[in-house]
Amino acid sequence: MRRALGSRLEIRGLSVDLGEFHLRGIDLSIASGEYFVILGPTGGGKTVLLETIAGLHRPRAGRILLDGEDITAAPPERRGMGFVYQDYALFPHLSVRENIAFGLRLRGLSRPAVAERLAEVGDLLAIGHLFHRPPSSLSGGEQQRVALARALVVEPRLLLLDEPLSALDPETRERLQRELGRLRRELGLTVVHVTHDFEEAVALGDRLAVMHAGRVVQVGPPEEVFRRPATEFVARFVGVRNIFEGRLRPGDDGYQVLPLGAVEVAVVTELSGRAHISVRPEEIIISREPLRSSARNAFRGRVVEVSERGALAYITVRVPPEFTGVVTRRSLEELALREGEEVWIAFKASAVHVF
Amino acid sequence: MRIAFALLGALLVLFVAVPLLWITLSAPPALLWQTLLDEEVQDAILLTFAASLAATVLAFVTGVPLAYLLARTDFPGKHLVEGIMDVPVVVPHTAAGIALLMMFGRRALLGRALGTLGLRFVSAVPGIVIAMLFVSLSFLVSAAREGFEAVDPRLERIARTLGASPWTAFWRVAFPLAWRNILSGMILMWARGLSEFGAVVILTYHPMVAPVLLYERFESFGLDYARPVATLIILICLATFVALRLVSRRER
Repeated sequence: MRRALGSRLEIRGLSVDLGEFHLRGIDLSIASGEYFVILGPTGGGKTVLLETIAGLHRPRAGRILLDGEDITAAPPERRGMGFVYQDYALFPHLSVRENIAFGLRLRGLSRPAVAERLAEVGDLLAIGHLFHRPPSSLSGGEQQRVALARALVVEPRLLLLDEPLSALDPETRERLQRELGRLRRELGLTVVHVTHDFEEAVALGDRLAVMHAGRVVQVGPPEEVFRRPATEFVARFVGVRNIFEGRLRPGDDGYQVLPLGAVEVAVVTELSGRAHISVRPEEIIISREPLRSSARNAFRGRVVEVSERGALAYITVRVPPEFTGVVTRRSLEELALREGEEVWIAFKASAVHVF
Repeated sequence: MRIAFALLGALLVLFVAVPLLWITLSAPPALLWQTLLDEEVQDAILLTFAASLAATVLAFVTGVPLAYLLARTDFPGKHLVEGIMDVPVVVPHTAAGIALLMMFGRRALLGRALGTLGLRFVSAVPGIVIAMLFVSLSFLVSAAREGFEAVDPRLERIARTLGASPWTAFWRVAFPLAWRNILSGMILMWARGLSEFGAVVILTYHPMVAPVLLYERFESFGLDYARPVATLIILICLATFVALRLVSRRER
C-alpha cells in the first residue's frame, strides 16, 4: 500500500443540477493529507457533491483540480479516487476477495501482484478471514471494512466517504471511526468525508464545511464552527453543545476522568488516550446550592450568559471551562438566574458521551 | 374464504392441466414413436426450435441494450417507447402477420430492398423468424428491464471509480446481476415463439413450423391424424420448458 501523501483537491465555483438537487458556487480547497468533513442535513446535496468530485455527474459550471491538474472533464475511471457509500454497495455477485480485487484486475496486475496487495489490505483492515465469503453473509461493520478495502487497495489519490458510518450500530460505528483515523494517519490519505453527524465530524475532521441547501455556508476547524457559527442555520444545525477535547486517565471507582480547565470530568468509557466528550445541555442541572444527588460531576461556577429562546433559556456557566445548560423559563424565574451570579452545575458521568 | 378461493383457483388449474394430461395419456406410445419418426414432423419441430432461437438471439442483441436504457435513463418519448414495446402483446397475431407482410412482402419497400440482398421473408425461414420476433419480443424486453432496474446504479458508479469504463461496468456488474431476469425472459420469449401460429402462417406457410403442420394435419386429415402430432409437440415443449426453468432456477 502506498504511503505517499494523498492529493490536494481544489473546487472552484462548482454548480451542479441533478434532479431536485442543485449545488451552487461551491469553493473548497483541501490540502494534501487533510481529513475534510462535509457536514449538513440529509438531502442537502452532500452526496451529489461527492459524486461530482468522483466524476459521476457533470457539473454545470466550475472546475475541479487535483494536484493542480484540471480534471473537470475526466471520466471517473481516470481520476483515481476511492469511493465508499453508506450502505457499502458491495458487488453482490462477487465474493469478498473478488470485490476487493475488482480494481486491481482492471489495472491488469499480474496474479502474484494481486495476491500480494490483497493480503496486505486484508491485514490492514483485519478482513483476511472473510475473503472467501459472499458479501451478503457479512455484518454491517464487516461489509464497510470490505468496501474500504476495495477503495484503498487501488491506492486512491483521494478517498471519498459518503456517510460511511451512518448505517452501523453505535459500537461498530465508534470502532470504525477510530479505524478511519488510524488508516488516514498510516496511509497519509486525503479524505473527503460526508456526514450529518456533528460528533463524527468533530472526532475525525481537521476542518469541516457545513452545507445547506446546495451551498457551503461555513468552512473551518470544528471548534471554530461550533464556537462561532457563521449563520443562524449553522448555529441551529450544530446546536448548543458542550464539546471538549482532552486526554483520558483512570480515576476512582472504575470511572475515567478527563481534566478540563480547573476541573476533572468523570466519564464512563472503554476508550483511552485523547478523546472528545460532549454533554447535552438538558443533562446539566443548574442550582443555587450544591445538590445532593448521585451525579458524579458537580462544579461551582459563575453565570456568564443567559439567552432566552422561546419557552427555554440557555445558561452558560464558566467553571472554567464553560458549560451550557438549559432550563425552562419558569425555573429561570424561580432560580432568579442572572449574569455574574454564582451557581452549581451537576451531571452524571453516564450522561457524558465520549468519542 | 381461503377454501372458496382455493376451489375457484383449482378450477382454472384443472382447466389447463386435465386436457394436457388427457391428450398425453390417451395417445398410444407406439403411435407417438411412429409420429416422431415421421420426417415431416421432425423437420417441422427442428425448424420451430431453430427459428424461435434465432428470434430470441435477435431480441437479445437489440432488446438488452434497449432494456438497459429504459431502466437507467430518462429521455423524451420514453413512455412512447415503452408502449410500443408492449403493443405486440395486445395485437391479434394474424393482424401482426399482415402488418409484417406489408413491410417485408416481395413488393413492399423493405422486402424488396432486402430481397436484392438475397433475404426473402415470404414462404421462407426469415419470415418465420421475424413473425416470432414480433409477437414475443415484449417478454424479453420487459424481463431484462426489470432485471436492470433491480441493480443498484451505485454499484456501477463504484465500478467506474475503481477504473471501469462504462462498457466494463456494464459487462462486469449490471449484466451479470440482471442475467437471471434476462435468461428467464429469453426462455419465456423462446417458448412463446415456439407456439406462434397466427403471425407465422400469414408470412410463411411453407416451410412448415410445428403449429402449422399440426393445423394442416387437422384440416386435411382430421382429429385422429392431428392428435399424435399435437401430443408430441406438447410433450417436447413441456420437457424443454421444464428443463430451461430448472436451469434458470439453479442459477439463483
